[in-house]
Amino acid sequence: MDPWRHTLIHGIDFDDAAFYGALGFKCGLEIHQQLDTRKKLFCHCPVGYRNDAPDAVILRHMRPTLSEMGTYDGTALMEFKTHKQVIYHLYRDNVCTYEMDDTPPFPINQEALDDAIEIALMLNCKLVDEVHITRKQYLDGSIPTGFQRTAIIGVDGWIPYRDRRIEIQQLALEEDACREVDDKRHTVVFRTDRLSTPLVEIVTKPDMRTPHEAAEVDGLLGRLLRASGRVRRGLGSARQDVNVSITGSDRVEIKGVPRTPDIRALTHYEALRHKALLELRAELARRGITPANFPHRERDVTGMMAKTRNERLRKLREAGGRLRAVLLAGWGDTLAWKTQPGLTFADELGGRVRVIACLDEMPNLFVLDGRGTGVAVHEEAHVRKALGAAAGDAVVLTFGPAEDAQTAVNEILERARNALAGVPQETRQHLPDGCRTDFERILPGPDRMYPDTDSPPVPLARDRLAAIVAQQAKRPWEREELYRARGVPPSTARQLAIHRHARVFERLLDHTPTPACTTAVALADWDKALRRNLRREGKLLPLPAPETLETFLRLAAQRRTPCRALRLGLARLYETGAADPPPPLPDPELQALCETVVRESATAWWRTRTKTVDHLLGLAVERSAGRAEPATARRILERLVPPEPPAPVTAKSC
Amino acid sequence: MNAADPWKGYRGRAREALQSLGGRVWADVEIETETGTFVGIILPRSEQADDRHVVLKLPTGYNVGLAVDKIRRIAEHGFREAKYKIPEKEFPFDPVKPKVTLLGTGGTIASRLDYRTGAVIPAFTPGELYGAVPELADIANLTTIKLFGVFSENMGPEQYIATAKAIGEQIEKGVDGIVIGHGTDTMHHTSAALTFMVQNSPVPIVMVGSQRSSDRPSSDAAFNLQCAVNAAARGPIAEVLVCMFGPTSDSYNLLHRGTRVRKMHSSYRSTFRTISDIPVATCTPDDVKPLRSDFRPRRMDRNVTVDAVFDDRVAIVYYYPAMKPDIIWSLIENGYKGIVVNGTGLGHVNKPLYEPLREACKRGISVVMTVQTIWGYAHMFVYDTGRDLVELGVVPCANMLAEAAYVKLGWVLAHTHEREEVARRMLEPVNGEITEREPPDGYLVFQGGLPEVEEFLRRGWR
Repeated sequence: MDPWRHTLIHGIDFDDAAFYGALGFKCGLEIHQQLDTRKKLFCHCPVGYRNDAPDAVILRHMRPTLSEMGTYDGTALMEFKTHKQVIYHLYRDNVCTYEMDDTPPFPINQEALDDAIEIALMLNCKLVDEVHITRKQYLDGSIPTGFQRTAIIGVDGWIPYRDRRIEIQQLALEEDACREVDDKRHTVVFRTDRLSTPLVEIVTKPDMRTPHEAAEVDGLLGRLLRASGRVRRGLGSARQDVNVSITGSDRVEIKGVPRTPDIRALTHYEALRHKALLELRAELARRGITPANFPHRERDVTGMMAKTRNERLRKLREAGGRLRAVLLAGWGDTLAWKTQPGLTFADELGGRVRVIACLDEMPNLFVLDGRGTGVAVHEEAHVRKALGAAAGDAVVLTFGPAEDAQTAVNEILERARNALAGVPQETRQHLPDGCRTDFERILPGPDRMYPDTDSPPVPLARDRLAAIVAQQAKRPWEREELYRARGVPPSTARQLAIHRHARVFERLLDHTPTPACTTAVALADWDKALRRNLRREGKLLPLPAPETLETFLRLAAQRRTPCRALRLGLARLYETGAADPPPPLPDPELQALCETVVRESATAWWRTRTKTVDHLLGLAVERSAGRAEPATARRILERLVPPEPPAPVTAKSC
Repeated sequence: MNAADPWKGYRGRAREALQSLGGRVWADVEIETETGTFVGIILPRSEQADDRHVVLKLPTGYNVGLAVDKIRRIAEHGFREAKYKIPEKEFPFDPVKPKVTLLGTGGTIASRLDYRTGAVIPAFTPGELYGAVPELADIANLTTIKLFGVFSENMGPEQYIATAKAIGEQIEKGVDGIVIGHGTDTMHHTSAALTFMVQNSPVPIVMVGSQRSSDRPSSDAAFNLQCAVNAAARGPIAEVLVCMFGPTSDSYNLLHRGTRVRKMHSSYRSTFRTISDIPVATCTPDDVKPLRSDFRPRRMDRNVTVDAVFDDRVAIVYYYPAMKPDIIWSLIENGYKGIVVNGTGLGHVNKPLYEPLREACKRGISVVMTVQTIWGYAHMFVYDTGRDLVELGVVPCANMLAEAAYVKLGWVLAHTHEREEVARRMLEPVNGEITEREPPDGYLVFQGGLPEVEEFLRRGWR
């Protein structure tokens, strides 16, 4: 682990109920999981990823629109302020005119709808009776239509956790967005391959009380999704957003947490950020600065900085850029107010400026506090004087192309004003250390939801639901309990509960005489080992389908294939695709084999007679490629092995 | 708007259930069903939807449908009717900017869909347009006149005539350009009609629409409007033009001659293409770049000729193999005065049609031939069939588009029914509906998959 990250998380008890309870820590999850369908949600493109050069490139812009409640969404307006040019990379194989927003949607993918219903049922959700497809506006360009088509499938579900229930607010079926390739200044580039891949979004209530709980529940939901057998695996197929608030603060969403364990440190430090911002508000209030009393000034200081020694600013001036200074009266040193390790309130200002004014070369502002960071001390003094700054006033210098510099000033003032109210509702991105966060965008509200006039509502018929219920996957915790009760070792049970073979196992459980333990080990542990071996040997073979495995195991039960032969037969199945479990050796052959083994080992003796029989049994099993049925072979050997060691000479060998 | 009907859009069982349980549209309610309790606002229902479900808007903004048969109780806690209005800001007036009049006929340009009923709510007053597309104020001083509010499939002769007259009035009033908002489906019919009905215009007459309605963030409406207002206000081309996307990117628009343009894709933004020729110009919100020099230039006078007449006893017959003569007989018997036959290849139909066509010509019906290949000329002297048809009295219309031929025939027939005069006027182009020559790049339909085309898409599509 890198040392910085180590210092950030070392020694913290992320499950300290007293500490987080005092903070009023609350955390909710939004889990996005792609479904394993063949086609996309609203068109017939195959699902798949591309990393090569695009086949075509198009350019678009986004504008906010009114919701059907007659209002504009705040995020939409913010995104509009950024004036982004959006570029899409297209691929002929898995992008069609639907993803390009050049054709209306096709009817919703019924396979995906069934999968989502099944997962909603697993989460104990109340299903809607008629699915309404809704547009969720995203003006960041991540979806060429400017909105994501999404639909609620179920609401008010729950899963058991510790001694209580974690409530599931809703489960929605929606199309995935584009992947961002690049975002510099006013141009953002997206790859469209992932666009419109079906996914379920699961939103929990803010029921997690410590960062550790948040991570555990995330893991639990992840296991439930895998147990459904309906989800896609691999990089980027699951992403989670984490919502955090503390007493007195509004909800902040940390977007796209890549790894479940990171949830702990990220939510911990986000909660501390909220605490710091609430303390900052109290401090500002103490100084008499409130939303009603927020004295500030701004001024273009481009001319004043004609001789600046800061090369970046000089070049910017030459290119026609502007330098603007903002004075926040009475704020004094509060711009250095610590929010997270190594970050201050000035970084909060910088984050807004970076995103909304598109001034993404950092630092994008300098705090003129007399320390001479960025510009020389005398230049600072000069600007401060020009703004009429008193000792207790804070001054920020920002710079960029004329229009962006103006946007930057507006955003600095906006963010400062937010600080007087507390913690602004934001979507934040995680920094690479997996512990701290930075501004991404303003948190969108319900005003960004619009009905999709292109898609008719889909009623969920009773018989359709009945069919789904009939073959619905068991929840992983139910499976684990069931498997363990049938004698499956706990670690195997845990693995198998979310394994793609779980359904095969359950079908075989009561319908073959093979012990549950053997079947479970074959389907989970051996499967894992065999796949690993094949991978190591560089053999990228298609894995046997669950149905083939089922046939194999049923045959094995019929033929009474001994355990060892089963494993070898399984290996052959993985390598050659032949589902042919070897039958046990017929009795005469087994008798002959045992006799041979005993004869050839006539001089061998292992401390006791029992151990000797064990050894000979091992030999017989190995020579028969596992086909020697151990119990019968043992009986035969018991009869063949003499009661006493044959000669004293070999006794030494023990 | 729903004060009159508290159960708007609901019918049958759903309506009865809402009435008996005391639920009404826009009420903030708690609905208890067999499966659980739902909280939200009851929304009006689309009239085409079934009568088994109630639509509820959840606090998260999502809509869900609840089965009426499962509802046990509805408790109303409040009432929140949507105020569905585009923010209206006063359109700024700048004396140095050109004056443009926007004539509205309907369609999705500059309008928003009422999500509940599917009805179009026009953003039409200058204030609303300014609220929706403030950039327009940088280009011109805008006046708006709502002529009708119809989808383009409902545009017809009556509307062509009213529009042409309105254009004439505006030109006489001294505007610097005219923009016509129109649905895209039949925009090329209207653009042809206006070309014939409004001749010798001193200012640009620019038709514009949108392929993605303006209720979508990715709509092409705002860009199209800006381009069209620019072409009308400052552009040099005083013709009837269609201003729509060039490529599918928000990059530049094309100005197509009203008689040579056709909608070529049911949903693409770049759906309008000039056929058998090149467009007149490219256009952006702040520039118009002519691609050719043979356009009619903007003038300072006001000498426009409005000739707004139309005889609607005209039909297009899209020929298909094994077409039976009764189709033509029925047109003759129903008193049609003009028939545009859209023939195969160079302008052909099968032999069984000869007789009714001969009879039609004999009875003074004008029969003209266009080609269903869309591109290219009717050449009726290459094959026997063509020669036969000409002998019957069918007039080949060179490379006139079938839609333009239909409109022109209706317009010509309103002046004369004399067959030879009709033929003469049909073949005398008003503005580009027939061209003497088709340039080598007049027919460009690229095929995807070819390396050179793929290279173009990779680099040049923007």
